[in-house]
Amino acid sequence: MPRKKISIPNKIEYLSILNEKSELDKKLDPDISDNLLLKLHRTMLLARKFDERLLSLQRQGRIGTFPPISGQEAAHLGAVAALRPTDWMVPAFRETAAEIWRGRTLESVIIYNNGYNEGAAIPEGRYDLPISVPVGSQILHAVGLGWAAKYRQKDDVAMAFFGDGATSEGDFHEGLNFAAVFQAPVVFVCQNNQWAISIPLAKQTRSKTLAQKALAYGMPGIQVDGNDILAVFAAAREAVERARSGGGPTLIECVTYRLMMHTTADDPKRYRTDKEVEQWKNRDPLPRFQNYLIRKGLLTEDKIAKAEAEVVQEIQEAVDRAEKQMKELGDPVHMFAHLYAAMPPYVEEQKKEFERELAELNKEADHG
Amino acid sequence: MAKMTMVQALNLALRQEMEKDDSVVVLGEDVGVDGGVFRVTDGLINQFGDQRVLDTPLAESGIVGMSIGMAAYGLKPVCEIQFSGFAYQNFHQIENHAARLRWRSQDRYHVPMVLRAPYGGGVRALEHHSESREAYWAHTPGLKMVIPSGPRNARGLLVSAIRDPDPVIFYEPKALYRAFREDVPEEEEIMAIGEPRCVRQGSDLTMISYGAMMRPTLEAAVELKEKDGVEAEVIDLLTISPLNEKILVESVKKTGRAVVIHEAPRSFGPGAEIVSRLMEKAFYYLEAPIERVTGYDIIIPLFSREKAYLPSVQRIIRSARKVLAA
Ligand SMILES: Cc1ncc(C[n+]2csc(CCOP(=O)(O)OP(=O)(O)O)c2C)c(N)n1
Ligand SMILES: [Mg+2]
Repeated sequence: MPRKKISIPNKIEYLSILNEKSELDKKLDPDISDNLLLKLHRTMLLARKFDERLLSLQRQGRIGTFPPISGQEAAHLGAVAALRPTDWMVPAFRETAAEIWRGRTLESVIIYNNGYNEGAAIPEGRYDLPISVPVGSQILHAVGLGWAAKYRQKDDVAMAFFGDGATSEGDFHEGLNFAAVFQAPVVFVCQNNQWAISIPLAKQTRSKTLAQKALAYGMPGIQVDGNDILAVFAAAREAVERARSGGGPTLIECVTYRLMMHTTADDPKRYRTDKEVEQWKNRDPLPRFQNYLIRKGLLTEDKIAKAEAEVVQEIQEAVDRAEKQMKELGDPVHMFAHLYAAMPPYVEEQKKEFERELAELNKEADHG
Repeated sequence: MAKMTMVQALNLALRQEMEKDDSVVVLGEDVGVDGGVFRVTDGLINQFGDQRVLDTPLAESGIVGMSIGMAAYGLKPVCEIQFSGFAYQNFHQIENHAARLRWRSQDRYHVPMVLRAPYGGGVRALEHHSESREAYWAHTPGLKMVIPSGPRNARGLLVSAIRDPDPVIFYEPKALYRAFREDVPEEEEIMAIGEPRCVRQGSDLTMISYGAMMRPTLEAAVELKEKDGVEAEVIDLLTISPLNEKILVESVKKTGRAVVIHEAPRSFGPGAEIVSRLMEKAFYYLEAPIERVTGYDIIIPLFSREKAYLPSVQRIIRSARKVLAA
């Protein structure tokens, strides 16, 4: 028998709609309403300014370590904007703009990043899981959510976020395989920001793209310019529609860049050059989108300046609210809450003992 | 002797073992160019090259599974799991293979690997970065579980761990990485695994702890002396498993009273095993029930409340007084 080629039923496409010069490829215009475009811009701007504010709060010791998102707003915001509010969002930890889009308050982000569990609370009616720090582990949860919706004959879709590094974890491969085997309504969104802490993509995988990994599992994969919010939105909308209509999962690779440090505990100068960062600044998704909206006549420099002032004010108010709330959160007894539906008796005892000791300590402190 | 932080002392141990033995290789996430997120492997890639210091893809199961294969071939992999909270991704490789390959191959193969991981609270870290789950590993037959408490013993124990013919889980108390410096000799210094140390002599009470909790324990001992005139003996376990209870038993036979301190949750924690050993071997010498001062049986809260969770000097003193009063 001769060797022969097996044809694989898919190719990997790259999608870009708004280029670095903010020029639109008219044939690919996703035809988004003006209203939605402006709302996306406002959220992107808010998220960028919020990131900057979080960084300064961290540097002042007013919050703890956090992972900045600057440069990646289009990649996660564009994707999540294709969901209905009743679809599920399964974040990693670098999707703050998407979380804000879904209704997470700025003060909850601050409170969480300042080490209070209350900041992770998710109100009824928001169909998001809490952020997930163990890399890649959340991917399978999206498969479970999606499959459960299918089982209940609902048309809800689940969208999972993760980074390029996460594609090396077993959970990523299990997640894609399960989703494909069960034809679960899931959209996998990889924010390929080129780095997993100090490890560049080339040391993470020998694959030319991350999107092509979809092919091995029997699902469509697409690579998009992750700094082009129109392309991300268009790809996500298509994938969400496919999932919703019973067409199964999709992997979207958003090619983007982490402009800041991995977390505030990281020093990127140890592993990457300023020159590389500068190059990516030219592809910054925010000015790219803004210039497009100006050309389209939806924004002006004045309107942008005004919007900036408004979001800065909105952030300041959130910081004030957060700091006020945190003063009231002080009581450490809260750490015993929310672990079980019913607290086991020995934990109850430990809690009582803790309260007694706390009271004693406070008394000692008072007597000084 | 140079004054070193624990990070520097661990780095010294790695560097010297790599210089002595070319079968020692280092692998993990960000251990090469970045030198490890805590810088424990700083500079090793420059000295030994990227074939001996592997920056791996992001997959803990991959790191540990590959280490097992390397070890079966005769290398001595020292792998770093960036935080102990991400060692669950490699749990099955340790439980199903590292701990058993000797047994499963009836001694044909063995796994001389070290899994290093920072553990424990106290550094205002994110979720999953502050837990103390040494009991998982100590509960697994076939493994050794080591936890140093200072720069000097960290260095000496890591050397032993690297040379050990069996897999060693080496938990590094990250709260102590840069907390203080100690004299660490440049020349070789080895500390045997399985030998707890008495670090303070006393006749009234035995205090048993390890890792980052050694500091509040020793502080409590000093305060008990100053305020209550109590002479507490303090034992640093250093090796959690295999647990060598000999000096603990001897000490309790002398003092008749004991307090065990760890930051891991109480139930099914190392303290439970330590207390059982003492009950088995020193029961008739006990003057009072043994107390445990531990983390509570809850998930360690995010950092704003972690201090409330971790055993404090005051909690240790309170328990010590209770034991002494009985
Ligand atoms: C399972 C696991 N291993 C290691 C870590 C430590 N860690 C946190 S983020 C990160 C890199 C993640 O890279 P990537 O998936 O590309 O996401 P990015 O940080 O770039 O957004 C690592 C190694 C972790 N959080 N979880
Ligand atoms: Mg990345």
